[in-house]
Amino acid sequence: MIRVVHYINQFYGGIGGEEKADVKPEVREGVVGPGMALKAALGNDAEIVATVICGDSYFNENIEEASAEVLEMVKKYSPDLFIAGPAFNAGRYGVACGSICKAVKENLNIPVVTGMYVENPGADMFKKDIHIVETANAATGMRQAIPAITKLALKLANNETIGMPQQEGYIPRGIRKNVFESERGSKRAVNMLVAKLKGEKFETEYPMPDFDRVVPNPAVLDMKKAKVALVTSGGIVPKGNPDRIESSSASKYGKYDIAGVNDLTVETYETAHGGYDPTYANQDADRVLPVDVMRDMEKEGIIGELNRYYYATVGNGTSVANAKKFAGTFAKELIKDGVQAVVLTST
Amino acid sequence: MVKEIERAGIPVVHICTVVPISLTVGANRIVPAIAIPHPLGNPVLSKEDEKTLRRGIVLKALKALETEVNGQTVFDK
Repeated sequence: MIRVVHYINQFYGGIGGEEKADVKPEVREGVVGPGMALKAALGNDAEIVATVICGDSYFNENIEEASAEVLEMVKKYSPDLFIAGPAFNAGRYGVACGSICKAVKENLNIPVVTGMYVENPGADMFKKDIHIVETANAATGMRQAIPAITKLALKLANNETIGMPQQEGYIPRGIRKNVFESERGSKRAVNMLVAKLKGEKFETEYPMPDFDRVVPNPAVLDMKKAKVALVTSGGIVPKGNPDRIESSSASKYGKYDIAGVNDLTVETYETAHGGYDPTYANQDADRVLPVDVMRDMEKEGIIGELNRYYYATVGNGTSVANAKKFAGTFAKELIKDGVQAVVLTST
Repeated sequence: MVKEIERAGIPVVHICTVVPISLTVGANRIVPAIAIPHPLGNPVLSKEDEKTLRRGIVLKALKALETEVNGQTVFDK
């Protein structure tokens, strides 16, 4: 019998939503939440002996301590296999699943599997370290994710050979393996070229790594004269959310005039973000978008000027393509407005 | 967003709570924040102390913008 320990967040653990995202790890015997479906898919050869539950914010604000705490809990059940999530496109949950999988693999030397959407920040962070089954971007993909995860997990637990990423359904890990091909390299290359010329599909044997890095701009020479703009992914909007920015998977951003605004108050501003507990931001939105202190610094001459507009969206499951598009658009306005530096805040 | 602003030619500093995510995303100047639901505040503090805390983080961010960097740099001091 393969002993399995499963990791889930506070939401799937039934503890609560964002208001409970700061709960510390706890362990429960047997299955909880999505563990039911996992148990069914694992069949009779494996048993989920325990489930560890931890709040997403607690984990992400204390990655090292939380990993150590969860690892201790996992260790007590002497598992043969560890499964986390799936996290879909939930960023903090993905980071938690990846971190704990990596810690379990390194410390207990057992196979680990998790599942996420390919744009989850946890996927890029951990795809080289562990097997991450590619899932849909939302929990509606649970039914497809569970069999894919259990299939790969059981193969790993039974020490079976793991095939290529596409075939097994995990996110490519960048591992190169020597294999014998029936045709020599020059022939394969020509075949690819011919296919390309014909406009047919072909698959490269060596995809170029995708290094999307931007070189840092030179430092601001004289902050006392600089026009500084505020931007946030924390969803701070005028009260009532006039542009109706979505609480998750945002399709737009807002541009808001703060001329004459010295302080964001409970009456005037709020957050539209659905991915963190909004209590503190709604009480005082300066906790996310520091207009009050920027205004003070403008008066004191520490900065030249605070830009008349700030830009905001909700960074909660928002696609990379959308975020790129938003910033590509408003960056042009920032340049036109003579902004020399940007302070971007994220929750 | 931080990368697109940088790409457009404006120096940008990212104030964020989960630094590993910012590193993965590709921010070049990073200043760690307090907590996910209140990156630039702490509700247990008095209003004045909280503002002082926020001012400290923003000053650190401005300092980061005034510092030349060659690659991704976390300003955690």
